[in-house]
Amino acid sequence: MRWGVIVFPGSCDDQDVFDTLKRDMGQKVKFLWHKDDLVGHFDCLVLPGGFSYGDYLRCGAVARFSPIMRGVVEFARQGGLVLGICNGFQILCESGLLPGALVRNAGLQFVCQQVLLRVEETDTPFTCEAKKGQLLKAPVKHGEGCYYADSATLERLRKNHQILLRYVDAKGRASPSANPNGSLDNIAGVCNETRNVFGLMPHPEDACNKLLGSEDGRKIFSSIAVTCAQREHRHA
Amino acid sequence: MVVKIFVSLKSGVLDPQGKAIERSLHTLGYSEVQDVRMGKYLELNVEASSHEAAESRIREMCEKLLANPVIEDYRFEIEDGTL
Repeated sequence: MRWGVIVFPGSCDDQDVFDTLKRDMGQKVKFLWHKDDLVGHFDCLVLPGGFSYGDYLRCGAVARFSPIMRGVVEFARQGGLVLGICNGFQILCESGLLPGALVRNAGLQFVCQQVLLRVEETDTPFTCEAKKGQLLKAPVKHGEGCYYADSATLERLRKNHQILLRYVDAKGRASPSANPNGSLDNIAGVCNETRNVFGLMPHPEDACNKLLGSEDGRKIFSSIAVTCAQREHRHA
Repeated sequence: MVVKIFVSLKSGVLDPQGKAIERSLHTLGYSEVQDVRMGKYLELNVEASSHEAAESRIREMCEKLLANPVIEDYRFEIEDGTL
C-alpha cells in the first residue's frame, strides 16, 4: 500500500509521521506538497499535526483551501482513507469532511502529556486491529483540541458509532479529570458517517516506538495497513 | 467601502478566554461585569458597485472563511464613506 503525507506550510509532525511509517512500520510513504494537485495512487492520506498557516484566523481554516485539498475531498468521496492528526483533525473539521470543531482548550493552557485513550469502536479501517475497550497510550500536544459539536450532531455521532476514541483514566473511565482539554463527552477522535475519514487529537505517530514510551499508536497504522491489504486482495 | 465584521462564539460554545478576562476584571474590582465573551473584529476595504452587491459578497466570505458556522456567528456593518 502507499501512504501520502501532506505537508502544509507550518506542518511540524509531517516528518514524525513519515519516519514512523517508514522506519517503524516498514511502509511505502511519500510527502505531498499542499500546493500540488493530488496525483498518483494512494491508499491512505495523512494530514499531520503542526500549525498550518500559523493557525491564523482559526486552526486549519486557511489550509482547507490549499490546492491539494480539492483532491483530498474527492479522494475521500471515493472511499479513500484519510487520517487527520491534531492540526490535520482541525483541517478535516474545517473542510467539512468531519463533523464538529476544535476550539481553545478549556483550561486555556497548551497541553503536552501522555494520555490514555479507550477504543470505542472497532468496525472501522482505523481501529479494526484493536479490541473494543482497549486502552492506548499516546501523547497530546495542542492548545486548541477541545472537541465541540452541537447537541444534534453529538446525538448523531453516538447513534452512528462515530466516536472512535475517548480520553479515559487508568481504570478506563471517561472522567472529567482524564479529559486534557475539556472535549465534549471526552471525545479524542471521530470518524465520518462512511467511516473512511478519521480525525484525532492525540499523536499515534509519536507512540510507535519503545523509546517514546509507547507502541500503542501502531494499532491505528496497522489497522489501516490491514484494511488496505484486504482491499487490494479483493480487487486482485 | 469599509466593512467591519464581528465574529463571535455561538452561545453554547465554551469561551475560556472570556471567562479568564471576566475573572481578571473581577480581580480589578469591576464586580458588575458578567458574561464576557471574546470575539474577533475584522476590517476590510471592499470595492463594490452597490451596498447590496457588497453585502452578498461579504456574507459569502463570512460563510466560507471568516467565520466557522459550527461554532461562530457573525455580523457586519458597511460604511459607504471613507474611514
